[in-house]
Parts: sequence; structure tokens; C-alpha cells
Amino acid sequence: MSALAAPALAQLQSVLSPAGGAAGTIASLSWVLFAGAALIFIGVMGLLAWAVSRRADARPVRPMRWIIGGGVLFPLAVLASLFVYSHGRTPGWLAAPPPDALLVSITAHMWWWEVRYRDPASGQDVTLANELHLPVGKPVWLGLNSPDVIHSFWVPALAGKVDMVPGRVNHLLVEARQAGVYRGQCAEYCGEQHARMALHVMAKQPAEFDAWLAAQALTAANPPSPLLERGRQAFVAQRCNACHAVRGVAEEGRLGPDLTHVGSRLYLGAGTLRNQAGAMAHWVADVQAIKPGARMPSSSDMDAGTLAALAAWLEHLQ
Amino acid sequence: MTGEAEKLPSSLPRPHGELQALEQAWKAPTGWRLFSAVNNSQVGLFYIAVSLLFFVLAGVLGLMMRAQLALPDSALMSAQTYNQVFTMHGTVMMFLFAVPVVEAIAVYLLPAMLGARDLPFPRLSAYAFWAYAIGGLAFFCTIFFGVSPDGGWFMYPPLTSKEQSPGLGADFWLLGIGFIEISAIAGAIELIIGILMTRAPGMTLGRMPVFAWAMLVTAFMIVFAFPAIIAGTLLLELERAFDWPFFIPARGGDPLLWQHLFWFFGHPDVYIIFLPAAGMVSMMVPAMARTPLVAHRAIVAALVAVGVISFLLWAHHMFTAGLGRYAMLFVSAASFAVAIPSAVQVFAWIATFWKGRVRMLSPTLFLLGFHFIFVLGGLTGVMVAVLPFNWQAHDSYFIVAHLHYVLIGGMVFPVFAGLYYWAPVFNGQRLSERLARWVFGLMFGGFNLAFFPMHITGLLGMPRRIYTYAGDLGWNSLNLLSSVGAFVLALGVLLFFVDAARVVFKKKKEHGNPWNAPTLEWLPQGDYGVRSIPQISSREPLWDRPALADEVAAGRHWLPGTHSGGRETLVTSWRNAVPRHLLVLPGDSWWPFIAAIGTAGFFLLLTVELVAIAFACGVIAVAAIVVWLWQTDNPPHAASAEVADGVFVPVGARGRASHSWWAMVILVCVDATVFASLVFAHVHVSMAAEVCPPPGASVPRWGWPVASALLLLAGSTAMAGAQALLGRALKTGVWLLVLLAMLCLLGALGVEGWGHHLAGLRPAANAWSATVAALLAWQGFHVAVLAVMGGYVCARSWAGRLRADARSTLDNTAVLWHYVTVQGLAGMGAIYLMPLL
Repeated sequence: MSALAAPALAQLQSVLSPAGGAAGTIASLSWVLFAGAALIFIGVMGLLAWAVSRRADARPVRPMRWIIGGGVLFPLAVLASLFVYSHGRTPGWLAAPPPDALLVSITAHMWWWEVRYRDPASGQDVTLANELHLPVGKPVWLGLNSPDVIHSFWVPALAGKVDMVPGRVNHLLVEARQAGVYRGQCAEYCGEQHARMALHVMAKQPAEFDAWLAAQALTAANPPSPLLERGRQAFVAQRCNACHAVRGVAEEGRLGPDLTHVGSRLYLGAGTLRNQAGAMAHWVADVQAIKPGARMPSSSDMDAGTLAALAAWLEHLQ
Repeated sequence: MTGEAEKLPSSLPRPHGELQALEQAWKAPTGWRLFSAVNNSQVGLFYIAVSLLFFVLAGVLGLMMRAQLALPDSALMSAQTYNQVFTMHGTVMMFLFAVPVVEAIAVYLLPAMLGARDLPFPRLSAYAFWAYAIGGLAFFCTIFFGVSPDGGWFMYPPLTSKEQSPGLGADFWLLGIGFIEISAIAGAIELIIGILMTRAPGMTLGRMPVFAWAMLVTAFMIVFAFPAIIAGTLLLELERAFDWPFFIPARGGDPLLWQHLFWFFGHPDVYIIFLPAAGMVSMMVPAMARTPLVAHRAIVAALVAVGVISFLLWAHHMFTAGLGRYAMLFVSAASFAVAIPSAVQVFAWIATFWKGRVRMLSPTLFLLGFHFIFVLGGLTGVMVAVLPFNWQAHDSYFIVAHLHYVLIGGMVFPVFAGLYYWAPVFNGQRLSERLARWVFGLMFGGFNLAFFPMHITGLLGMPRRIYTYAGDLGWNSLNLLSSVGAFVLALGVLLFFVDAARVVFKKKKEHGNPWNAPTLEWLPQGDYGVRSIPQISSREPLWDRPALADEVAAGRHWLPGTHSGGRETLVTSWRNAVPRHLLVLPGDSWWPFIAAIGTAGFFLLLTVELVAIAFACGVIAVAAIVVWLWQTDNPPHAASAEVADGVFVPVGARGRASHSWWAMVILVCVDATVFASLVFAHVHVSMAAEVCPPPGASVPRWGWPVASALLLLAGSTAMAGAQALLGRALKTGVWLLVLLAMLCLLGALGVEGWGHHLAGLRPAANAWSATVAALLAWQGFHVAVLAVMGGYVCARSWAGRLRADARSTLDNTAVLWHYVTVQGLAGMGAIYLMPLL
């Protein structure tokens, strides 16, 4: 896990750098499309240039050759073969998850992602936010929904996008073939902060993944120092727990992200702010300056000591 | 065709004063009376100017977006501002520029191209234009107050629901755009009737210019596509205003219902924008290549094919929404198929270039630019029709690139080619060829610099509609390039308008035939159109008959003067263009302008909840329309008129020979399509419900609909009786029967409504009840309209203006009446049969 948290991260959100699975198939299909389109484009433009610049001669034009050949038969042949070819390379279409798949439920909110796993040891739900951790080489069946407006789940390196429509649960099967960090971002316009609604996908080796999930299932550890204890008390005193849950401290808050292991996350605010030294205090104090419209008030009036303790405790929630 | 041996329709010398009478009848109003002008050649000019103004305004919004996105984490604009700006950019470009500009060019050019003195409903055109101009400008001004809609031009609920968008912006969109759609439909009716009924004698469908074909197909598409969005906006506004939960899943609604309705309009809309431009290209390519269009028939067939196929692929905007597998495959295949008719046209244009000798003048430059950009846009269009590729590209900047290649390439470049090509029609002056090279270079280079990199930005994962982005995603330099390109493009457009301003204020001179083009708009024209309406015998009349211009100007063809002393044009048969009757056209009037102000006031003031003033405006609008109509449907000034030597045709027509009867039939098609969209909504939510009707809701007992149906039929029978009696001149019986029909209709609505009241209909309770209420409300709206129309018919009868030889008022009202009967029966069918399925 420490390797993932290393700084100087090149953020990958490209269709053309797939992590395998469906995205890999689509990437190779895309290159075929680009090459074919480029050839046809050059051909048609060449023909046009020739037609415009050539000297008129006595040869009659044969309309049927142009229209039937160029306008009908040629596109028909190209399109028919493309349809067959692309249909054979269309991933998905599963109505139910494969038996060995890991099930993860993702709920999109304005403007963050709630990610839920089932802890195999306890059978309890493990909820985290804005990060999706996957075991490499294992199919993962995502259940996607939204309680507020339409969002769209899009991690280009894993697969195409799927809309998250209120009142429906859509599904997506993904599989990462290479370990790494991949970025995704909401692709359906969802209001003021649509631009700042990213999530990070951490694909890791299965053993590492199992250890990570077991750690995430743990409740928050008791604070080992008076400063952190003060932070924990501030969390309740400042009513952070009205919206945020920290398992083992206060579990009723459901409106905002679960913070039980917020210290371990790569970013704060759905990909908005890198989670490094000082970021937590900055976020809590100035959230409306960093991500205007977010459903969390800035706590700029909090006294410096309380803020520092609260931030320290949150950072400590690894 | 040998000129000497053949006898021309009218002989020389022409009677003294004939031309003066013609000029007097068609004299254009000047000064502040310009607002009362109704002649399409004048209104068309205002229409083109205002639509280009919206192009510039929406273009400025685009530049603001590019300024914001030039650098990562830019603080130029807040998210709220950006979201309003991108919503307005799309909305204004699509609704206030793209569709209006093609309709504007059509109403301006088509009378001349068809040889008509004017299209058949000049006052309707004037009304449609003013409603659009006033409403559109007021709508645009919301951006200056920060109250513009911010839900995207596609307005997807639940984001645009009252809960998520409580402000006025969404209402401005729904009411403002809603009635501008009505203006587009009015234009479509004018175009269809004009193209099918007012062509020059001999201009058979086979000889009709391709632009007229393109506009005919386009107008029919407007008739069947726009109703879906009217239904959609109606439902969303009802949800916002009265909490009827059409799109709220918690109460049985479905957000995807909106997407179906929106894209059933939205996808054909793309072709509604493209087909007229393709029609213009088919006019300009032969002129610039100095040879007839290759494969004229194939091009016409392709236009029709595109029009039809475009209605089958609305769901390709919803490939990521979780539709069924086979539905998606079908839509994907249809999206592939639509490429074929477009390829037919492209190859026909290239073949025409090949055949001819091309002149490298300003229109040619833009035509070649169009080919380059449009072919590339078409190829990326095929890519996004491939399902798996679509799942990646959808809602990314790849789509932004694709749609701008298709729309700017497919429509803006042809329109600019057209502005260069047809500018002399306006005042005889050509735009500068030297500047044109700069304008084209800047626009073409700037366009590609702005939009080509977006393909790559999108593949690198940049989603659409984001107001900013982080600097470490690899998008920075591509975005900067796009922003630079956008400003270069804008510079080209600016240079064009500088040149256009220079030319517009030049002195008017006879335009002649500057490109040596083959079609009728290059005949000598006055305010009255052509001096005499030419007899046509080929597709390229000006090439095949070099003397035509002189003959026409000398008055040697059809209708060389005015018979009634007023404005007239010749109505010909729809297929072979044989002269049928003389149509006396209404003259300039203030009433369409006043009615437009009233209509715009009604919708816009309703948005800001100034209900009393809004309804006052509504009353003004209805009153103005009644006064304007009161002056029409007059008995003919003579039984027949001599329109050429020894050729007498009747003056005016009735029933199916009348232009107004067919306009009413088209209006009924519009109505029926809105109704079908509402039925679709009802069926959609009924199928989604676990039981139908849902718990707590019920349908009335059978007696209520049966009684209502009988009353509807009785009303229609009474109306048919009134029509029969008018032929026998039984005046009292006519208005008594119309009154009886009104009572039956009101009774039918009352019975139906009361039955639902007793059954406990609560529209806010669930989506099923809401759609039932929407169907009832739609029928109720028609009953209200028919009540006004029925009263109007009675008033005409009492005033002695309803006569056997002036009966269109009654006949046209009857058409709508019978339709409303059918609609009422079908609505009951939908409501009462769905629970049985």
C-alpha cells in the first residue's frame, strides 16, 4: 500500500492505455477504426482534389459507377464488415455476474462516489469513498446506481462508461490485468461540481487486496495520543458525525463519505485535493473555496488548535 | 425546345400600367412600418439577420468556454457561470441559430427559386419570425442576470427537476424554447405548402431544385420530430410546476422517459440542420462546376432516406444508459446505415466536380472546406456508432469534436458558402473575393486547430461539460491549442461580418446572373418577385433557355400583372405543377407582430410568475390572431382570372384544393405526434409499474368513457352537418349545429373528467396518474381551442362572412374537430386498455 501512496503520480485516464479486460479489447478495436478512417479519408480527399484540379476532357461521367460504386457498394461493404467485426469484439452483455466475480456496489452522489464491499470474514458491509480497489486478474462485478441525479461511471483504463440512473441499477464487469492506479471521472453532467467528481482505481495483487480489505473492515483504532483524542472529540463536538460515519466512533452519518479509513486515501474531495501533509486541515477549513457548491460547509471559524487536532486525527485514520 | 416556334404564355405588348399595378401591390413598407411587413423576401432577411446574430452571440459564449479551458484550474469563471454558459451555448446554437437559419434562408430564397411571388402564408411567417426574435432575445438576456438554465441543452431530469434545480433557469428553457419550437413548426407548414403548391408552371417534382427537395424533407421532419420535444417540455414543466412525477423514480416515474422524448426530437434535429445545408451544396456545386448535378435523382432519394432513417436512431445517444442488447444492436445498425445516403451525396458532388470545370471562387472554397470537415465528421460518426467504441467515447471530448465536425462542417461551412453565393440576390453586390480567401483560411484553419485536438483530448479521458481540469492529466497543451484555434476561427467570422457590413450598405443594383447559375432565383426580381412567372421545362431553365430572363422581365410568361389589384401568386398541382387557381395573398399587417409580442409575453412572463400580466398578453395574442384571421377567407373578387393568354383559372379554392385545408392537415399531424408522445409516456410508465393502475389509483367505470365517446361522435356529426348545410345556404342551421357541436364537445370532456374525479385521480401521487392527467389536459387544451374556433365560426356566420364561396373557416375548423374526436377516443383507448394488458 505504501507503494501506491508514493507521490509524483502520473494520472492515467486514457482510453488508449488500457489495464486490460474490456478496455484492452476496445483499445485495439479503436486503432483499427482510426486506421480505417484515415485510409478512407485520405482516399476521398485525394479523389476530391483530383476531381477539382483535373482538366476537363471528353470522357463522359458514368454516374452509376460513382453513385453505386462509391456511394453504395463501398460503404456497404466497409460498414457490414465493421459491424460483424465490432460485434465480435463487444464485451459485456452479461445478465448476471460470473460465479467467481467479486461484487462491489458503487453509488454516485453529488459529487462523490460511495463504494461498498462485503467483508468475507464478518459478512458486514465495508464502505469507503472515491476509491475502488481491485484484485488483479479477477473479474469484478460492479452494481451502479444513484440516489440523486444521473451520473456515469467511467474509468477509461478498465472499460467503457455506464450511466448511473436513479431508480435503476446498471452493471459493469471489469477486470484489471496490470497492477496500478487508474483515474476515472463522472462522465454524465451532474450539476455544479461535475468537473470535480473523480475516483481512483487501485489494482493490486490478490493477496495484497485481501489484506487491504481486512484492514478496511476494521473499525477506527483508539487514539494513542491526547492530540488525537482531542481530534476525535472535535469530530463529534463539531457535528461532523451528522453526515460522516467513522466506524467505532459514530456510525449514523450517511450523507457524506465514510471516513473510517480516510487517512489512507490518495485524494480528498473525489480527486480534488492530494491527501498530503496539511491537506486535511485545508480541506476542512476551506472546502467551499476548493470545491464550491460541495455539500459540506467550510469550517473557517474553527479555532486553530481544534482544527489541527481534528485534521491530525483524520489523517491518523489509516 | 425552340424559342421561335413556341408560343409563350403571355403576348406582347403588355397593357399600360400593368407593371405599375404589380409594383404598387407589392410595395415594401418603409421606416417603422417595416415591422408590419409580411412578404417572405423581407421577413426572410430579418430572419437571416437575427439567426446570424444568435450565431455570433452563442459563438461568444463558446469563446468564453475556450478561454476558461485554455489553462488547467483556471479561475476565470465559476462553475455556476460556466454551467450556464455551456448550456446557453448549446441551446442557442441548436434552437436559435441552426434550425432558424436554415428556415430563414429557405423562406427568403424559395419563393424566387420556385418562381412564386410569395409563399402561401406570409402572415404566419411574419408571426413565426417575430415570436422567435422577441422570445429568443429575451431568453438570451437571462445570461446577463445569471438566471440562465444550467442543466445542459439536453436538460436531463432529475438534475432539472424542481428539487435539484429550484431556480428559474430551467423554466426559462422549457417555456422559452417550447414556444420557439412552435415557431419552427409554423415555418415548416409554410415551407411544405409553399413547395408543393406554389411552384412555377411546368416545374414538376422531377425538375424541382434540390434545395426545395431538401427543405421539403426537412419540413416534414420538423413536423414529426419537434412534437416529441414539445411533449417532453410539457411534461417536465408540469412536473416542476405541479409536482406530477413523470420523471421521479420514487413515484413510478423514469428519468429515461425524458431521454427517449428528447432524442426522438434531438437526433432528427441534427439532420434537420444538415439536410438544408446539403441541399444548398447541391445547388452550388453544379453552378461552380458549370455542369448539371450528377445523379440528381439519387441525391433526392438520399435526402428522403436520411429523413426516414434519422427517426430510427435516437437511442444512439443512450448507448450507455443500460438499454436492452437487441435494441442497441438495431440502433447501432441503423446508425451505420445512415452513412450510406450521405456517402451517395458526397460521391455525387465529387462526380459533379469531376465532370465540370471548377471555378475557384469564394463559394467553392467553402464547399471544399465543407467536404473536408464533413467527411471527417462522418467517419467519426461511424466510429461512435460502434457500440464498444461509443461506450468509451460517449460524453467525452471525442464527441465534442465529432459533433462540431458534423455541425460546423455539415452546416456552417455550407451556409457561409451560401452567404457568398446568394449575397447578390440581396442587393446585386458580391462579397470581396480577396477577403474571402482570408475568411476561409482563418475559419478552416481555426476550426481544425480548435476541434481536431479534441478527438485526442477525449481519448485521453477528458469528459464533456467540465468547467475545469487538473494540470497533471496530460490535457494541457491540447486544450491550449483548441482555445487558440477557437479564437482564430472567430477572427475569420469577424472578418466575414466586416465585409458583409460593407456590402449590405452598398447601393442596390440589378443582380443579373453573377455565377451563371441555372436556377430561377437569378431571374430579374422586384419586391413582387419575377415580373411574370416562368414556364419551366427542365431542371436548369436558365442554362437551357438563355432568353428566359428577358422573356420573364418583359412579362411574356404567367401572371404578368395583378388581377385583383392585390398580392397574388399562382397555385399549381403538387406533382406536375399544372396551374390550378389564383391565390390572393394577404397584405402587410401589424397583427402578426402584435400577436407575436403577446405570445412571447405570455410564455416569458409566465416563467417569472407574473401570471396576471402573462394572461393579459395571452388574451392580446389570441385577439390579434382573431383580427388577423377575420380579414382572410373572403369571397373571391371574381370567379376566374386570366393568368396567361386565353388561360382562365378559378380565383381561390375550397376543401382539398385549398392551401389552408392542407395546412390544417399538417397541423393535425403535429398535434397527433404530440399526442402519440404523451401516449408513449403513459405506456412507458404503465409498463414500468408492477401493477397497472398502481395501488391507490383506478380507472373510472365503463359508463363514463362510453358516454364521453358518444358525445364526441355526436359533436363531430353535428360539425359535419354544419358543413353540409352551408352548401345549401341554410345560415341559421349552420351556426346552431356548430353551437350544438361545441356543447357535445364540452360535455364529452366534462363527463370524462368527472369520471376520473370520481375514480380519485391524483396526478401528484404517481407517474401513472400523472400521465393520465397529462392526456386529459392535452384533450382539454384542444377543447378550449375548439371552443374559441367554434365561437369564431359562429361570429363569422352572424356577420355574414361565412358563405358557400368563403367557407374555409368552417371546413378547416371541422378538420381539427374530427381530429379531436379521434384523439379523445384514442386517449380513452390508451387509458382503459393498458390495465387489461
